[in-house]
Amino acid sequence: MKPSLWHRLDALARRLTPFALTLVLVVVSVVPLHIPGFARVAPLLPLIAVYHWAIYRPRLLPAFAVFVIGLLQDTLTGTPIGVNALVFIGVYGVVLSQRRFFVGKSFAVVWLGFAVVAAGAALSSWILVSVYNLTLVAPRAVLFQYLMTLGVFPLLAWVFLRWQRAFLESE
Amino acid sequence: MKGPLRPVHRIAVPIKGLIQRFAYVGLVAAAFGLMLLGKADVLVAERIRTQVTDALAPILDVLSRPVATVSDVVDQVRELAALREENAGLREDKVRLLQWQTVARRLEAETKALRALLNFVPGPEASYVTARVIGDTGGAFAHSLVLNAGFRAGVRKGQAVVTGDGLVGRVAGVGTRSTRVILITDLNSHIPVLVERTRTRAILAGDNTEVLRLIRLPPGAEVSPGDRVVTSGHGGAFPPGLPVGVVASVGDAGIGVQPFVERSRLEYVRVVDFGLRGILQPLLPGIPADGP
Repeated sequence: MKPSLWHRLDALARRLTPFALTLVLVVVSVVPLHIPGFARVAPLLPLIAVYHWAIYRPRLLPAFAVFVIGLLQDTLTGTPIGVNALVFIGVYGVVLSQRRFFVGKSFAVVWLGFAVVAAGAALSSWILVSVYNLTLVAPRAVLFQYLMTLGVFPLLAWVFLRWQRAFLESE
Repeated sequence: MKGPLRPVHRIAVPIKGLIQRFAYVGLVAAAFGLMLLGKADVLVAERIRTQVTDALAPILDVLSRPVATVSDVVDQVRELAALREENAGLREDKVRLLQWQTVARRLEAETKALRALLNFVPGPEASYVTARVIGDTGGAFAHSLVLNAGFRAGVRKGQAVVTGDGLVGRVAGVGTRSTRVILITDLNSHIPVLVERTRTRAILAGDNTEVLRLIRLPPGAEVSPGDRVVTSGHGGAFPPGLPVGVVASVGDAGIGVQPFVERSRLEYVRVVDFGLRGILQPLLPGIPADGP
């Protein structure tokens, strides 16, 4: 028996959610929060999403989608176009190549992995932006942004884990 | 997959892997290519940015409203707590400002009389477009804002963006219904300014931190902490005399300027149309920028 149209539409919608959620995160993270000093160190939410879905549902977030997410992040936030696209793609590639290591590991290990990967991402985007502008960008804000992102990770990862258990089929 | 692979699969799987790998390398190359393109042709990059921001502006507009409401409520509660002290402070301010008002009236009359004597040509009248901040973007690498007014509302590229406190930044890109503003603290912001007390010309440069740097001072210039810094109007991009900040530190590391505007408090800003097109376009159609 062939699944009905609604059934297929429903399945498609579910499969699109990792990409859609990440796009939403990009947009949400530029909404002004009016908290003093926050805008400069606002956590890099899409990075968390890219890392998470690369481990748990890479087929639902292909490299091309990651590239688009990075581009949107660049165009919206004013970083040179291509920097975040490259960094996100890099993170995606690294995580995918180490995916076997992460799957089935405890949450602490996944978080630790994120700490390492995000540090690499922060460092490489700092280098890219510095080279692009031919000047050393002040590294303090980058460090604090990294720490903020690390701090937000458990919260967001928990939401994603609940989401994938509730709505997504396993790979 | 159950059972042994079918022959088609045996060939298809490695090819698929190969294609995926090529696609990945292609994406990396594309990212590098876009970076180079952005560096080589700033206008194209800005146009793309403007288009995307413009498309997302309605979403940002809606999203930013509840957040603004919450922050307003928090502010109100905080103000309620400090009502007494604020009242006392305001009374003192009122007395002081009344004195200033007298001085200002006297100076205004004097200026009018002197202008009449000298046949002074007044500068163009400034007009304003008020807009709401719907995006506070950037993070560690760029400092910019998105406003909910664009070309349709009369915003043009290069105009100054101000609040009651002082200069916020400069319009970098204009869409039909949104505007991207580069803050004065951004790495790419360089503004011609004057040190108000000594009328010393300088350039105020952002470096992605909260403190601005005063550079390109003439040799022997004298600057001390507490001096106000205002726009000079040189280059014709900004109107002269907009307050920017106050000198916070003078040292070997350079001169640090604390901006008057606090980024996190920005909710409504004004875009100043001073009738100047400055360095961005020829002064008049048909006449090149360096004169007829």
